[in-house]
Amino acid sequence: MTVLRLMLKELVGMFIDDGSLATLALMLIAAITAAVKLLALPPLAGGVLLLAGCLAILLYSVRRAARRSGQ
Amino acid sequence: MHGLTPILSTVTASFLASFVEVVEAFTIVLAVGVTRSWRPALTGAALALALLAALVLAFGPLLALVPITVLQFVVGVLLILFGMRWLRKAILRSVGIIALHDEDAAFSKETATLQQQANDRCADYLAGLAAFKAVLLEGVEVVFIVIAVGAAHAQTFYASLGALAAFVLVTIIGLAVHRPLARVPENALKFAVGLMLTSFGIFWTGEGLGADWPGADLALLAIFAIIAVASFAIVRWLRDARTAQGAAR
Repeated sequence: MTVLRLMLKELVGMFIDDGSLATLALMLIAAITAAVKLLALPPLAGGVLLLAGCLAILLYSVRRAARRSGQ
Repeated sequence: MHGLTPILSTVTASFLASFVEVVEAFTIVLAVGVTRSWRPALTGAALALALLAALVLAFGPLLALVPITVLQFVVGVLLILFGMRWLRKAILRSVGIIALHDEDAAFSKETATLQQQANDRCADYLAGLAAFKAVLLEGVEVVFIVIAVGAAHAQTFYASLGALAAFVLVTIIGLAVHRPLARVPENALKFAVGLMLTSFGIFWTGEGLGADWPGADLALLAIFAIIAVASFAIVRWLRDARTAQGAAR
């Protein structure tokens, strides 16, 4: 069980380090998926929005970390 | 999707990401081998590899049952999370906001722990367990990377080749130098891997949503270039802000 717990912990840790980065990325993906599937947003536009959104989230996350470290 | 671009990008991403993970596992196995003896080090590592192989053999075939668009979407989302996490860390390490990963320090820490346990009756067992855990936990990441960069476009074979090449190369270099591979530019590798995995993630999530990317597979390179330029711009901006703040003090 310890091995299993360790592996599960490692698996979760692989994707979630800064909780807000993961949460925002998942919210972005959910919003774009809903827009494509329910609001007929063209999938390619969804892909482009995903790229832009990921970059914005990355910028927000590193800026927040920089501020916390005293910048 | 069996052109040269996707094959090369799959092999490269798998090789670089696995290289980083194998170096980390090697450091611990080496610490166990040098401090205690090679028997528990190699036994622990071999058992972990056997367990990983068993897991892959047990769960790998299940992937074939998942519809390709669902697989692309799920793997794409996981790759976005995984890749952005690496990219964020690499950016913060590049500007000195968080400390660089130090293989020498990891080696010293593990060696000190093992020396404390040297008089323990089950010292060999504890040493073997340390090697087992290191190989298993880093190996889980390698397995995910191989599946993630390979499965969505039926290129698991090429992704496995990349991971195997990383394993062989680290083992050969490690056995030759017989000390932790501290001179590997780990942050640069993690930066490159973060860029690649995030690019794969966005590309496949888009395909999973039904996007017909212009230029087909070549769009992957364009996405990579955009994320790379943006990431380097963020690094530069953070460095400038740090310098300006230092001058103001």
